[in-house]
Amino acid sequence: MRNVLFVLTTLAVIGLAFWAYRENYATQEALSEVETLHRDIRAAHSRLAVLKAEWAYLNRPARLRDLADINFDRLGLLPLRPEQFGYVDEVAYPAPPLPPITDSVEVSGTVEDTE
Amino acid sequence: MTRTPLRPLARILPARAAGQSTAEIERENMRARHEEMRDRARARAEGRLLVLGVFFFAAFLTVGVRMGMLATSEPVEPRASVHGAAISAARADIVDRNGRLLATNLETHALYAQPPHMVDPAAAAQGLAEIFPDLNAQKLLADFTSNRKFLWIRRKISPEQMQAVHEIGDPGLLFGPREMRLYPNGSLAAHVMGGASFGKEGVSAAEVIGVAGVEKHFDDYLRDPANGQRPLTLSLDLTVQAAAEQVLYGGMRLMNAKGATSVLMDVHTGEVISVVSLPDFDPNNRPRPATTGDQSDSPLFNRSVQGVYELGSTFKIFAAAQAVDLGLVSPSTIIDTSGPMKVGGFRIGEFRNKNYGKISVADIIVQSSNRGTGRMALQIGSERQQEFLKSLGFFEATPFEIVEARTGKPLLPKRWTDLSAVTISYGHGLSTSPMHLAAGYAVIANGGHVVRPTVVKQNGPRLGPRVMSENAARAAREMLRKVVTDGTASMGDVPGYAVGGKTGTADKPRARGGYYEDKVIATFATIFPAHDPKYVLVVTLDEPVETSGDKPRRTAGWTAVPVAAEMIGRIAPLLGLRPDIEPKSLADITLTSSN
Repeated sequence: MRNVLFVLTTLAVIGLAFWAYRENYATQEALSEVETLHRDIRAAHSRLAVLKAEWAYLNRPARLRDLADINFDRLGLLPLRPEQFGYVDEVAYPAPPLPPITDSVEVSGTVEDTE
Repeated sequence: MTRTPLRPLARILPARAAGQSTAEIERENMRARHEEMRDRARARAEGRLLVLGVFFFAAFLTVGVRMGMLATSEPVEPRASVHGAAISAARADIVDRNGRLLATNLETHALYAQPPHMVDPAAAAQGLAEIFPDLNAQKLLADFTSNRKFLWIRRKISPEQMQAVHEIGDPGLLFGPREMRLYPNGSLAAHVMGGASFGKEGVSAAEVIGVAGVEKHFDDYLRDPANGQRPLTLSLDLTVQAAAEQVLYGGMRLMNAKGATSVLMDVHTGEVISVVSLPDFDPNNRPRPATTGDQSDSPLFNRSVQGVYELGSTFKIFAAAQAVDLGLVSPSTIIDTSGPMKVGGFRIGEFRNKNYGKISVADIIVQSSNRGTGRMALQIGSERQQEFLKSLGFFEATPFEIVEARTGKPLLPKRWTDLSAVTISYGHGLSTSPMHLAAGYAVIANGGHVVRPTVVKQNGPRLGPRVMSENAARAAREMLRKVVTDGTASMGDVPGYAVGGKTGTADKPRARGGYYEDKVIATFATIFPAHDPKYVLVVTLDEPVETSGDKPRRTAGWTAVPVAAEMIGRIAPLLGLRPDIEPKSLADITLTSSN
């Protein structure tokens, strides 16, 4: 009886050791995956920061002003002036659509020689 | 274990036969048994002591080794940490009120050399001089061949330059990662941004520290790693700032001024929407401070907060507003402005020795009469005047959040005599910055509350204590509007925006006392729209001269006013202000005596 107990205990210890070994490796794998992800996130963030800086640089007012000047022929952009504000009542109503022609008058004739 | 009997028969029987005592045998056996028991117990105790000793030795060894390891190893973050996702940003960004980027960080590299590792110092020096034209090949070679172990070559290099240096292929040329501060908009709002530079430098990293402007004022906030993802939101508006800089620069050139500054402030929150000081600089490449000559000629000089000048007649409205507030006068009270007027032995004169005669308080402001304002100041008295100007913030440096603002302390008279009261009422004898003036006009514009000028975006109005009654503020606004419709600032009218304002032309003081004849500071302080003010704009030109007429003209009405009008025309639509028809003022109730 006691021997059986010993054998069972030993087996249990071996089993637990194996499980702990497996878990240890699984944890390490998960940790290195997390590290890789963090590295990717950091890289993405720094890339994002560069892109944001580039966006801001390309959209700096001085450059946009120069571009508007260069492309004035095509775009015709001018600075916003107070005169450009309008009121809703300054907008004309759309012209009413022409009614359908219902009772048309047929006009026809002949041209006679009057000579 | 076999147990030896105490009285073994084999010995007892012969002893009995010989008639000897058996007790002796028993005692001897007993002794032998006791000795054996003692030896066993001793061996066991010794074994236990050994085990315990080994255990304690191992335990102390473990603790000691662990302590030694902790003491000698590099600290590392625990791998399984929830905080691992936080991104280590070196310095928080700065954005404008709409979230557009004003300052950010860019990863770059620093170039350094370790001459002992160099293979071919001559080729490396030659190659570097080709990549960086401002480096001298001879000097580099001298450095590389001396017994220096380490030298910095460049603090910041671009990726292209880095590639070119890689192509030299010398193992003694090395790169260190750097975070550099980038201002993508160049010189835009340069004086507010200030600039940044490197603090402590190492090979693998360098500290970025602010050296001026908001970068220095908010250095602790920007450097705090907890704020890495929370940018500092300023009250500036990038578009408005760009338009203001463009118009002011054009105005400065047109009026032949050597410098110019403008402040645009929200009258309810004290937020500064745009602040320009010309000439300016590029904060990406901040020039060195001038070591010789006049500091105010350096582009680093921020005229809007550091430029402490006598701002001239723009101050008259404060005297008038206070006189109305105290109930001494109403806008229609007639005051005799004719000369001569002598205070403390000094004659108070008018611009070009004019004489306006008996005119109303409103007309004193409209015509800009020194004597009229002086008489009001005498009625107010110097103590009440001091108190009032102090409450408007004219006695302290502005609380504007850039480091330079602290140096913009107003210059006050040492003794506030009646003469000081009179001259200060028309803007001479008290020197303040344009930012002070904008804050003072904001009080009139928002109906009498003090506001703190700020460069940080606010949520909602930040009205301080009341220093002027609503009525006095309204009367002052009506007078300011009249200055534009009927007075010295007639060029300042912008249709649809009901501009109200006051001009001021002050002679520039000489460094050695006295005033220049032909150098002035021309200021136009405006509020718009005058019937419901939202913004204050102060435009100041330094030494302007307008030369389209027969004689050069220097008054603010000819110089600062047209520039300010153009600015309002450009900026107001950008601020979302729709041009509006000014409501007709109701017929005034005139106090008459009926007896």
